[in-house]
Amino acid sequence: MSAVYVWIETFQGKAIPAAWEALSAGKQVADQFGVPLTALVFGANAAAVAAEAATYGASQALVSDDATLKDFRVEAYAALLTKLVKDNAPKAVLAVASSRGRELLAASAADTDSPLLGDILSLSAEGGSVTAERAVYAGKVLSENAITGGATMFITVRSRTFKAATPNAAASAEVTTVAPALSEDQLTTKVESFEAEVGTVNLSDAAIIVSGGRGMANNPKDAPAGVSGDAAAVWKAKDGFDNVIKPLADVLGGAVGASRAAVDAGYISYAHQVGQTGKVVAPDVYIAAGISGAIQHQAGMRSSKIIVAINKDAESPIFKMARYGLVGDLYAILPAITAEAKKRLDK
Amino acid sequence: MHVVVFTRSTPDTAAKVEVDGSGKVTWGDAALVVNPWDEYALEEGIVQSKASGGKATVIAIGGELHNEALKHSLAMGLDEAARVWDAALEGADSLAYATAAAAAVKKVGAVDLVIFGRESIDVGTDQHAYQTARKLGYTLLSYVSKIISIDPSAQTIKVERALEEGKQVVTAKLPAVITVLKDINEPRYPSFIGIRKASKAVIPEWSLADLGVTLPTVNAKVTKFKNLPPRDTRFELIDGTPEEQAKKLVDRLLEEKVL
Repeated sequence: MSAVYVWIETFQGKAIPAAWEALSAGKQVADQFGVPLTALVFGANAAAVAAEAATYGASQALVSDDATLKDFRVEAYAALLTKLVKDNAPKAVLAVASSRGRELLAASAADTDSPLLGDILSLSAEGGSVTAERAVYAGKVLSENAITGGATMFITVRSRTFKAATPNAAASAEVTTVAPALSEDQLTTKVESFEAEVGTVNLSDAAIIVSGGRGMANNPKDAPAGVSGDAAAVWKAKDGFDNVIKPLADVLGGAVGASRAAVDAGYISYAHQVGQTGKVVAPDVYIAAGISGAIQHQAGMRSSKIIVAINKDAESPIFKMARYGLVGDLYAILPAITAEAKKRLDK
Repeated sequence: MHVVVFTRSTPDTAAKVEVDGSGKVTWGDAALVVNPWDEYALEEGIVQSKASGGKATVIAIGGELHNEALKHSLAMGLDEAARVWDAALEGADSLAYATAAAAAVKKVGAVDLVIFGRESIDVGTDQHAYQTARKLGYTLLSYVSKIISIDPSAQTIKVERALEEGKQVVTAKLPAVITVLKDINEPRYPSFIGIRKASKAVIPEWSLADLGVTLPTVNAKVTKFKNLPPRDTRFELIDGTPEEQAKKLVDRLLEEKVL
């Protein structure tokens, strides 16, 4: 019997929150085709994650918990997904458009010569066909897309665009165990090490982002003796990210972002860069502090729901995008917001 | 070691891109540039091919506008360029792109490493890179932030990848397709001599027949381009002392139910 598959992405044995958003999108497609919604869970702890998927709406699950699938490796995962698609011809396969979701579905779509719509913003399933909207030209234009032909369509959904279902603790799914498609000696990649980046909330999943820019260098604190010039600016900006930006992000349960200017100047690591050659984000609230709002930066944050601009230069382009503008010194304003939010949110 | 880099031309970052009355995407007289992510791929192609005394070839798939990116690549120092174009590739989706790209790599010959930038900003996708790897049957390593080592004789590569959660070190077998991030290198500017040489270069155009390939019949295609919905232009300037500003802002955000 045919089905709609949703890959439930996990990291270190836990489902990532956006996986449930993909499951919601999958339900829309499954209901349209009148077929069961099947969760695919690969890797450590697969059975427990499958049980959780049932509470979010999956009626079936295919699980494979094998040593070769412990770390996500696209060749191992794609070989298994491709085998499942070839054997069972599901109507559709969906996943979150995360780094792993994008490459897994692209790989399997290529293996099976199937159509793929990646990183979609909306989905319409009617009369057995699916159309979707995507952002193109650095988010300056939208495209409508349709799929032609193929037994199985592949779709990845941008995180924070579909709403996860409210879990129903009583729901359960019919679980089937499947064997991996490749053995360790058939795999060409080996994960040597992994180093977590401490304290980072995932930017793509964050509902609130607090970002700093070039203005972070205007820290009124003095750099330590002997540190001067560019090094003093770097010290001041780093101190500001640690002691002014991060505390606010923490109180709001958000992530820390940065402009390209701040990253290139060495104020913070590239992992935090929002913009055209960094990450594209769409939080509910984007607080831009000491960021002028260059086009490069706009490309990464223009779909944010509410933009708050804090800058001492009232003429900065960032104010043209903002819902709320606060002209002034970020080193005075951000700590005040942190204190106020702490009080009001009772933290 | 023979390295192939894929690139394409995109409108300049500052260009105002919109959909005109006839439904076509336009960017006025804004200049075309190399897809911003590809600059890192091109630089890495030069570095890796030179390190092994090999060669770097740059390929674009698409119409004549992509010669712009190819000439820039040659001016930077890549050795050879080719462009794949065929009427059947008009509006190609990632699967069609990958099918043509893989065939182009095979035509180039014994290739050890294929490099893509993280994403093509015009089509807004990265999936063509992963699909090219699968069509070639090469190892795929995405989000590479550093090439730690390459051993062309043992056909192995060791890289650092930037995942959402942190950094991963992976060893793999060559040939491989990698996609690269901004922190992998500092792209060079084309030299004056490079620009002169590139301006005289005649870039061969390969058709699908030249590549001996036909495209899949399934596709996921754009049916329509649309301008963005009008922005919410409401703006409120919040003034006062920092404490007053903070209080008013938190009031507003609580009213909007986003905290």
